[in-house]
Amino acid sequence: MQIWVIQTLNSLSLGGLLFMLSSGFALIFGLMRIANLTHGALFMLGAYVAATVVRAGYGLALAALAAAVAIAIVGGLIERLILRRLTGNPQGQVLATLGLSFVAADFCLMVWGGDPIPINTPAMFRTPLQLLGLSFPTYRLFVLAVSIVSAAALYLLIERTRLGAMIRAGVDDMQMARAVGIPASRLFTTVFCLGAGLAGLGGAIGGPIFNAYPGLDGEMLPLALIVVILGGVGSLVGTFVASFVIGFVYTFGIALAPDLAYVILFLPMVVVIAFRPTGLFGRAIT
Amino acid sequence: MTQRAWLPPLVLLLCLAVFPLFAGEYFVNLGSQVLVAAVFASSLNLLVGYAGLTSLGHASFLGLSAYISAWLAVRMGLGHAVTAPAALLLTTLIGMAFGWIALRATGLGFLMLTLALSQIVWGVGFRWVSLTNGDNGLSGLTRPQPFGWNLEISNNYFWFSLIVAGLSVFLMSRFVDSPFGASLRGTRDQPRRMSALGFNVWAIRWVAFVVSSFFAAVAGLLYVYFHKYIHPSVMSISVSAEALLSVIAGGSGTIAGPLLGALLVVVMKNYASAYIERWNMLLGFVFVFIVIFMPNGVVPGLRHWTRHWRKDSP
Repeated sequence: MQIWVIQTLNSLSLGGLLFMLSSGFALIFGLMRIANLTHGALFMLGAYVAATVVRAGYGLALAALAAAVAIAIVGGLIERLILRRLTGNPQGQVLATLGLSFVAADFCLMVWGGDPIPINTPAMFRTPLQLLGLSFPTYRLFVLAVSIVSAAALYLLIERTRLGAMIRAGVDDMQMARAVGIPASRLFTTVFCLGAGLAGLGGAIGGPIFNAYPGLDGEMLPLALIVVILGGVGSLVGTFVASFVIGFVYTFGIALAPDLAYVILFLPMVVVIAFRPTGLFGRAIT
Repeated sequence: MTQRAWLPPLVLLLCLAVFPLFAGEYFVNLGSQVLVAAVFASSLNLLVGYAGLTSLGHASFLGLSAYISAWLAVRMGLGHAVTAPAALLLTTLIGMAFGWIALRATGLGFLMLTLALSQIVWGVGFRWVSLTNGDNGLSGLTRPQPFGWNLEISNNYFWFSLIVAGLSVFLMSRFVDSPFGASLRGTRDQPRRMSALGFNVWAIRWVAFVVSSFFAAVAGLLYVYFHKYIHPSVMSISVSAEALLSVIAGGSGTIAGPLLGALLVVVMKNYASAYIERWNMLLGFVFVFIVIFMPNGVVPGLRHWTRHWRKDSP
């Protein structure tokens, strides 16, 4: 029983982290038609920034804030300095982000070295929660809570604010949105910062679970891609559902059949693609 | 096609054929690696240049073919006469399945699907230790000896690769010059019109995907024979990216482009890693540079230039 509780919580926290990673990816893709392949590297960079701040003696809360802000700025710079030059060339943009992901990964290796840097779980989350004779790892619950809060905040932002209305208008019809005076340029940069910041926050919060290590980007990017493909591009609800589906499939896959975890990951994707090429909740990818 | 179009490739082949007689062993081995990369990049070019489908997962076919032949040799003790055709056949079959999945989308969706599929293959290579020996890779492989020709000698292996590469590139150029190739370019430029004309756009793209995976499998065999060792990193995204860089830097949609691009990338990689550790960073920067400043690649640029030159001097 205990093992199932742990695995379920692991699945839920991985799902939450995947949501933070893929919702930013999906937002950027939905609005700007850019498949941002640096997203995995931004997640890893977030984990490294958080590890550095924690090692300097500050708490995880500050580390997470620092990571989110720093990665948001990096994202904004990428958008302004590089992707902006390639407007109207989606293939060029994707290749540029691919190139940047190599640069970022090698940069992390250069600065932080090849050994994994552990991030200590904050003291208040170290003792597991005892309930009904079972123990629940507190930090996993905390990660789940953070991801649900950020999902709710994102939902409110998109559905209830002026910025969100502009984003929705841009996703639906960019030309029309420009025509009615929506400042597309500023909107793009804002959304890119937001998406990158979410990835950085996810990396920081996920830090105590994964540690910061080279290769974390390659571990996370495919999961995020599969989530976005499964959930359907441009659908926040789809991304949310798919994140938790993949969280469960991957965690239980590793626990029950470690050799086959990646093959098992493959199956839901193939099934969904076969019957609903646009993903669970999405529309056609063009 | 002009009448003398066969002349430059023939001169190139002859120059390459005598190359080992003058060059030292280091350069001959480097040349063999360029030939492997050239076949691989050319196979990717069928998709990127002629079908207009940017794939970020091509390394999975190179790796699958290499792994299948290595696995059959090491675990099953089979000879090269069986492993090579089996690797080509199985990889092409997997290419059929992957093509069916990835071509559910086009454009960026296709790119994301190919990337996701190849990352899964890469993960299987690393994680399914009982099958692939994981991070240790498969070693203890041999090169084949066709008709008693000893390929363990570097010069012989270079000539062998040259024959295979020459034949592959010739077949691929025939493929894209054929009526089917014309319809493939049609689906790249005007998919809706092709569809209205009664062409099955999806099927044309799928056939191109399968042919492309077959030639990537050929490159995989050349790769595993050369190194006599195989590691999961051969299926990683950076290998796919290097091939894509070769295609784009050389000039996609031309036969010569990927060959020149493969030469540039392999030579740059060898020299760069001799002096600095940061090959991946350099690769990334070169990628960004090429995409921003030379989006059409070297060969179309040169062609443009020679056309100007010919116009000036009749």
